[in-house]
Amino acid sequence: MTETATEPAKRSSLTASRGGAAGDKVFSGLALAAGVIILMVLAFVAIFLVVESLPALWPEVFSDEESIESADTFWQYVWPLMAGTLIASIIAILLATPVAVGIALYISHYAPKSVATPVGYVIDLLAAIPSVVFGAWGMTTLAGGVVPLYKWLHEYLGWIPLFGGDAGNTGRALLTSAIVLAVMILPIITSLCREIFIQTPKLHEEAALALGATRWEMIRMTVFPFARAGIISSIMLGLGRALGETMAVTLVLSPGIFSWSIITSGRNATIPSEIALNFPEAFGMRQSELIAAGLMLFIITLVVNMIARWIVNRHKEFSGAN
Amino acid sequence: MTTSTDTTQRGSAPQPGGTRKNSLTAGQMPRWTWIAVAIGALVLAAGLTALLGGGSFSWTGWLIFAAVLYIVGMYVTTYAIENKRRATDGIWRNLVWAAFILALIPLVSVVWTVFANGLPTLLANPQLLWTDMGGVTGADDIATQNEGASLQGGFLHGLAGTLMITLMATIISVPIGLLTSIFLVEYSRGGWFSRSIVFFVDVMTGIPSIVAGLFAFAVVELFITTFIGESPRHVQMIKMGLTAAIALSVLMIPVVVRSTEEMLRVVPNELREASYALGVRKWRTIFKVVLPTAMSGIASGITLAIARVTGETAPILVTAGYAAATNWNPFSEWMTALPVFIYRQLMNPTAPAAGLPSADRAWAAALVLIVIVMLLNLAARIIAKAFAPKKTGR
Repeated sequence: MTETATEPAKRSSLTASRGGAAGDKVFSGLALAAGVIILMVLAFVAIFLVVESLPALWPEVFSDEESIESADTFWQYVWPLMAGTLIASIIAILLATPVAVGIALYISHYAPKSVATPVGYVIDLLAAIPSVVFGAWGMTTLAGGVVPLYKWLHEYLGWIPLFGGDAGNTGRALLTSAIVLAVMILPIITSLCREIFIQTPKLHEEAALALGATRWEMIRMTVFPFARAGIISSIMLGLGRALGETMAVTLVLSPGIFSWSIITSGRNATIPSEIALNFPEAFGMRQSELIAAGLMLFIITLVVNMIARWIVNRHKEFSGAN
Repeated sequence: MTTSTDTTQRGSAPQPGGTRKNSLTAGQMPRWTWIAVAIGALVLAAGLTALLGGGSFSWTGWLIFAAVLYIVGMYVTTYAIENKRRATDGIWRNLVWAAFILALIPLVSVVWTVFANGLPTLLANPQLLWTDMGGVTGADDIATQNEGASLQGGFLHGLAGTLMITLMATIISVPIGLLTSIFLVEYSRGGWFSRSIVFFVDVMTGIPSIVAGLFAFAVVELFITTFIGESPRHVQMIKMGLTAAIALSVLMIPVVVRSTEEMLRVVPNELREASYALGVRKWRTIFKVVLPTAMSGIASGITLAIARVTGETAPILVTAGYAAATNWNPFSEWMTALPVFIYRQLMNPTAPAAGLPSADRAWAAALVLIVIVMLLNLAARIIAKAFAPKKTGR
């Protein structure tokens, strides 16, 4: 205040600041509340899923029925779905990882800068393409295109159980969904890996080159050791995405009972596609079954994501993924 | 050259034809080696494909063979002329390029499929944009497919649903997300509480979208059966736009929190300190100094989050039902979002015997959806660029 401030003026400035203090309190309270809401939402996700799936998990105790609808026990019902989900996601990861790391390296260390920047933009935009579009593409374009490949695989590699079944003519098999999943998670893994590769200390790289290393040796000696944790965690995050991806699988796969053959249509199913296909018409016990299957999916992805985050946090200084 | 490339190269190695002998370039391959190897690989691959194909020539097979032969050929050539380390370097460079090209194929194919299938339909039937499926029956589609009648129906209801559901989700998630990140950056002191929020926001990022849908359904079901009633009419009420918006919020909040948090952390501390030094209260500092500085980044982060949930299908599929008529009210009745419309038209065509008109509508809708999402992404970039705080000369 000014030098001529009198007693009453001082008092009023004090009350004014008290009003500000109230604003402070209200605002910090709001901010805190928002944080609490987020924690509550996650807790609720878990609690509600558990509550709604109890009738399917223990039908004798939590429902009027003796057993669930689709099978004798819940585990009998859910294990083929879990197996299908895991197989599709793991194949997708195996297909996508080498390519994604390759593109990330291409952008960060091989391409000239004038090419690398637009390619980076394009990859980011591709990550934004809605999953239903990938699903529609897989259903119409890809499924038809892979049939000759499946026939070939069955003919020459049929002794491997994975290619043991009849290839069929539609191509709407688990492997096709896995390929679509791989295409979908490719941009995610790529952009995470690129972020990390770019952060490799320039001095390390230049030191390696100065010692006469070729570009590949430089990458192997400086980039990969630096980025190892980041690559692993980005793969895990991609795996988490693939596990929970619904539309790509639902549209592409024609589902059925579990089978080791991944090239036969009308076999296998994944948890998300099972839910998406059946939930809109489900009620009562069937609904509980599906929510319980969702709970299993939630637990699997939770574990995968937590491992990924744990790796990231352990190597925080080494990673651009966090 | 048309014979085996390897022997050609090995033969030419000791006397690099025409180039001046120089201690610096000695032992290096001539520049045109890769062209020679490429031509050799293409020719050899053509021969191999023709032999193995048994009459029919497969273009894909030819290109795959050529790529493999080229990579192997380059390795062998480099190994022979230069040394093993150079050869390893070269093979990895080629593999990286191969990965890049391999990834482009499906991605280009996706975009091409959508445009090739969607654009002609949309140009021929622009009314798709402002009509809905109300009153359109299988008979109409059979007439379209068999007798060449004009394509009926459209996806106005999908556009309306996507708009309303996304809007509701944004209204729910943006305040929560913003306030949480303000709490994390401005108020918390890195205690267990804020660390657990950070951790669980990360965990939330990984929630499968369909599980978010189930969660929203379960919450609204519990709420309605407890407080309103359990009759079938009430159970019917569970599926509405708001339920879908709750599901999308679960997916959107973590994205908003993360991007906003990042932006707030970038705001230089000097700005806050200068404001405090002038006696400004903390909340006013946040409102008048911190948020305006970070505004461009926050806005672009929110736009990206909106773009992400606009394309979500699964959570809306299980929470909002499927309506044929346009419904602008997210608080009652079933709603259809654009992605769900695409999914339903492809999986359960309006006329099961005549699926083409449904597929046409689905592809046109897919094109519109992609355009919306891409525009949102572009908008995010433009916002981030155009409204970025001016750099001071420091």
